[in-house]
Amino acid sequence: MSDYNFAYLDEQTKRMIRRAILKGLAIPGYQVPFASREMPMPYGWGTGGVQVSAAVLTPDDTFKVIDQGADDTTNAVSIRRFFQKTAGVAVTEATAEASVIQTRHRIPEQDLRADQILVYQVPIPEPLRFLEPSEVETRKMHALEEYGLMHVKLYEDISQHGDIATAYAYPVKVEGRYVMDPSPIPKFDNPKLEMAGIQIFGAGREQRIYAIPPYTQVVSLDFDDYPFQPTKADHACDLCGAEESYLDELIMNDAGGRMFMCSDTDYCATRRKQGHVGAQGVPYKEAAT
Amino acid sequence: MRPLLQVESIAKFYGARIGCIDVSFDLYPGEVMGIVGESGSGKSTLLNCLAGHLTPDHGAVRFDTRAEGLRDTITMSEPERRMLGRTDWAFVHQHARDGLRMNVSAGGNVGERLMAVNARHYGDIRAEAIDWLGRVEITEDRIDDRPTAFSGGMQQRLQIARNLVTGPRLVFMDEPTGGLDVSVQARLLDLLRGLVREMNLSAIIVTHDLAVVRLLADRLMVMKDGHVIETGLTDQVLDDPQHAYTQLLVSSVLQV
Repeated sequence: MSDYNFAYLDEQTKRMIRRAILKGLAIPGYQVPFASREMPMPYGWGTGGVQVSAAVLTPDDTFKVIDQGADDTTNAVSIRRFFQKTAGVAVTEATAEASVIQTRHRIPEQDLRADQILVYQVPIPEPLRFLEPSEVETRKMHALEEYGLMHVKLYEDISQHGDIATAYAYPVKVEGRYVMDPSPIPKFDNPKLEMAGIQIFGAGREQRIYAIPPYTQVVSLDFDDYPFQPTKADHACDLCGAEESYLDELIMNDAGGRMFMCSDTDYCATRRKQGHVGAQGVPYKEAAT
Repeated sequence: MRPLLQVESIAKFYGARIGCIDVSFDLYPGEVMGIVGESGSGKSTLLNCLAGHLTPDHGAVRFDTRAEGLRDTITMSEPERRMLGRTDWAFVHQHARDGLRMNVSAGGNVGERLMAVNARHYGDIRAEAIDWLGRVEITEDRIDDRPTAFSGGMQQRLQIARNLVTGPRLVFMDEPTGGLDVSVQARLLDLLRGLVREMNLSAIIVTHDLAVVRLLADRLMVMKDGHVIETGLTDQVLDDPQHAYTQLLVSSVLQV
């Protein structure tokens, strides 16, 4: 523990990242360039999120990491252990107890409070990237608020699939100004982007940080005759019976057996502890999840 | 009548070399102007200066904007100039792939300019795209195909549809028929001539093909080494060239 500076990064680096975060919060949705550092993990594993977490963590914080909503996947466990080792902070799996939550691809089901920070891992921060490969040009388009191209993507979706088929990384407009990629969260989570907590997005490989301050207006882009619709599997959780949560589908056997369950493991476990039982679930027992 | 475009002693240098120098002319609504000259004569440089793709080193380009009348497009702010670029102006590139998004469907290509000026109704955008594809003789069932699946002539017609969908008043064309075989050229020219008349477009056409200007242009400007050496009505210049170079140019056309 004493071999590392608190939270791995040196103090000057953390100051640099905090400046980028403050600028990002001051200009909601704007991608702030920052000098991304090499981290002891490969790009694409959350180096941006880890650097943002390192910059915002204090010794008093309680840290939670989720990957696709789950606390117990390899990536989530590794990052949680990383900060346990290098920062010595308390860790938790309970959404309500955490003060900093690093996430990949989900927003927790439970509403966040004003004293919580949500840190996203972002693979590609530029929503216009696949339509306009030139970064020089996309920056100009952001600066001049020329966002017609974003709708070309949605148009293509409708013309090919009969509906807006973009199901994740669904583009949003923040506070009526910047079009932003909300990281690859399902579009089911888009309405939750207007929340009480602070949201910070870190893209390590792409060297960009952006942020949404609390209670900022976030509008999902759409057409007048094809309005935005958050979607989820039309099912209830088979473990806890929740009908409002985002579900993972699990193939159980070769006979077509399948199971839907909450992707947010903490939300599901909490409900089961409260006595909710889904169609294929069993009553919750300690240490037998 | 007020000119749509007023060009005043435009000059553009590449280091010590001259791109084009001392070019002045007025273009009136509904008028088509041809610029001819050999490769390297500065005609593309001039066109790019006029369309705002290059910043000239000297001179003024005044455009008759809808809101405020004549305004110098060189000194106006970039957002304003880019706004003109996707509303009142159109630019048809020689190579269709420079002017199209090759990985977006034909309908998306035509719709892009509409969406750029805040059209947000899918049905309306699609109907407009189908209408415009029809006008450039692309059948409705090709609307969801990508331009990569189109022939060169179709790509060029798609580019024209994409540019004209927002009802521009001034069209810049850089060798619109270059690289197409003659029968396709003829149909494209026929189409362009129809659209120009029908929409009362003003156009500036850069080409080295004298037949193209003979067919489309009302007035002609001949350039050599960055200088304008002769101007006049198209028929007058082509039938009775005064300058030695123009005489050479006209007599160089192959007779079939």
